Amino acid sequence: MFKLRDKYAIAGIGETAYSKNSGTTVLNLAAEACLKAAWDAGVEIEEIDGLVSYNFGDSVPAIAVATELGIPAAGYAVDFAGGGNAANLITLTAAAAIESGLARNVLCFRAMNGRSGFRLGGGREFEARGITQYTAPFGWITYPQAMAMWCRRHMVEYGTTPEQLGEVAISSRRNAALNERAMQRTPIDMDDYLSSRAIVEPFRLLDICLESDGACAVLVTSADRARDMKHRPVYIMGGAYGGGPNQGEDLFDAIRWPDHSRNYSAYIRDELWGSAGIGPSDIDVAEIYDCFTYSVLMQLEGFGFCGEGEGGPFVESGAIRREGKLPVNTHGGLLSEAYIHGFNHVLEAVRQLRGDAGERQIADAEIALTTAGAMTCGSAMVLRR
Amino acid sequence: MNQMLKPVPAPDADSRPFWDGCRDYKLMVQCCTECETFRFPPHRFCPHCRSEQREWVEASGKGEVFSWIVVVHPVPREVYAGDVPYVVSLINLDEGVRIVSNIIDCDPHAVEAGMRVEVAFQPARDDIVLPVFRPAKG
Repeated sequence: MFKLRDKYAIAGIGETAYSKNSGTTVLNLAAEACLKAAWDAGVEIEEIDGLVSYNFGDSVPAIAVATELGIPAAGYAVDFAGGGNAANLITLTAAAAIESGLARNVLCFRAMNGRSGFRLGGGREFEARGITQYTAPFGWITYPQAMAMWCRRHMVEYGTTPEQLGEVAISSRRNAALNERAMQRTPIDMDDYLSSRAIVEPFRLLDICLESDGACAVLVTSADRARDMKHRPVYIMGGAYGGGPNQGEDLFDAIRWPDHSRNYSAYIRDELWGSAGIGPSDIDVAEIYDCFTYSVLMQLEGFGFCGEGEGGPFVESGAIRREGKLPVNTHGGLLSEAYIHGFNHVLEAVRQLRGDAGERQIADAEIALTTAGAMTCGSAMVLRR
Repeated sequence: MNQMLKPVPAPDADSRPFWDGCRDYKLMVQCCTECETFRFPPHRFCPHCRSEQREWVEASGKGEVFSWIVVVHPVPREVYAGDVPYVVSLINLDEGVRIVSNIIDCDPHAVEAGMRVEVAFQPARDDIVLPVFRPAKG
């Protein structure tokens, strides 16, 4: 279990514009976000000695960013092979690296040209080797296709309805309308959702997140150092990473996963809340990984905000709206702000806890949850101001 | 310019007997001879007891639909435009393993959880035969 409660903090955040075509390289995006995070914290670039990122073969290595920024001695410069599952993992790992003495000030980032460059949601010509030889030849290739299989099981097990999925999309878009950085701000209603075209049933277009170019970064340091920096620190209370049995041979593969109506979140719940010393009822705002609408339902259940199978009725009650009992994805999430592989959730949580979220500020937000992952493995973090 | 084609499996040391079986219109599944647990995909060690002792057994070819999707938007378009809508399913074989396949000879919207299906074989390119499934008779 993560044992560093409140010892480390996020002291700075930085991000590029989010767009469909950045017109620049992923390295430039990464450098911009990282520089802004360091400046936001008020840390000299020379004092940064760690960089951590994750990618899918679609980004730049941490050492490239260290080189670009002229960091004199990058020590803990590490890349995780991962998707959205790793978005909180890298920040937890930064704290662990500082605790161990491997680094003192660590930049965590995710950078991608996810629309104009390497499109995760798109088709690729597969060498159908390894586990892929049992999936791709049947036309099972894209992530929407992979995850529709999970959504279907939730519908089979619990009677989850399209309208319940639609509520997740509508609520996200409502929040995005208040966020000037969001890529999709036009309000949608249930008719818009239900009439959006089928992509891979049970998913409609509006169940599926955006594809984005952009980068975001946070600066992690010790709580002591953070207190001397420019902003009120946002402390890492707790965190967890993992999943259940049979997480698969890659992030797509869930052939042997026992029960696709529940995901990683049910398996890391106890470690998450145990490490933070609080429970779901203490959360003021939750940024929940929403690569697809269904994943929000599964994580609401998995992390214990409602009972198993009750995610649909929970959102239908209005609970996740900004004025509901658990405001979710206050920036618009991956569905409406941008898809920076979940890392933009962390920045929004920090803004909410700093009280810097402008029009979309949740009053008196003291404790936030950020989650990352939709299938067999994932990560989550509890932050407080 | 590369013409986009449907992916075909590249058999390896573990999978070759599976794909060879398909070419003979047999659905072969690996079984641990120590603990007698079936497994899919095939690999060197039994994930149940870690034994390397294994054999290939012809499966009944029968199972039921665990989950399924209906692909409506083809990706890549030029490869799958002629196939949509098509069904991809996670199928629980009666032997206790789950595999991925298509469900053919069935209205995509008539597929349901627990539906009984049976294997059929469909030649693909490059000397490969794919095991697909259709609603079980009777």
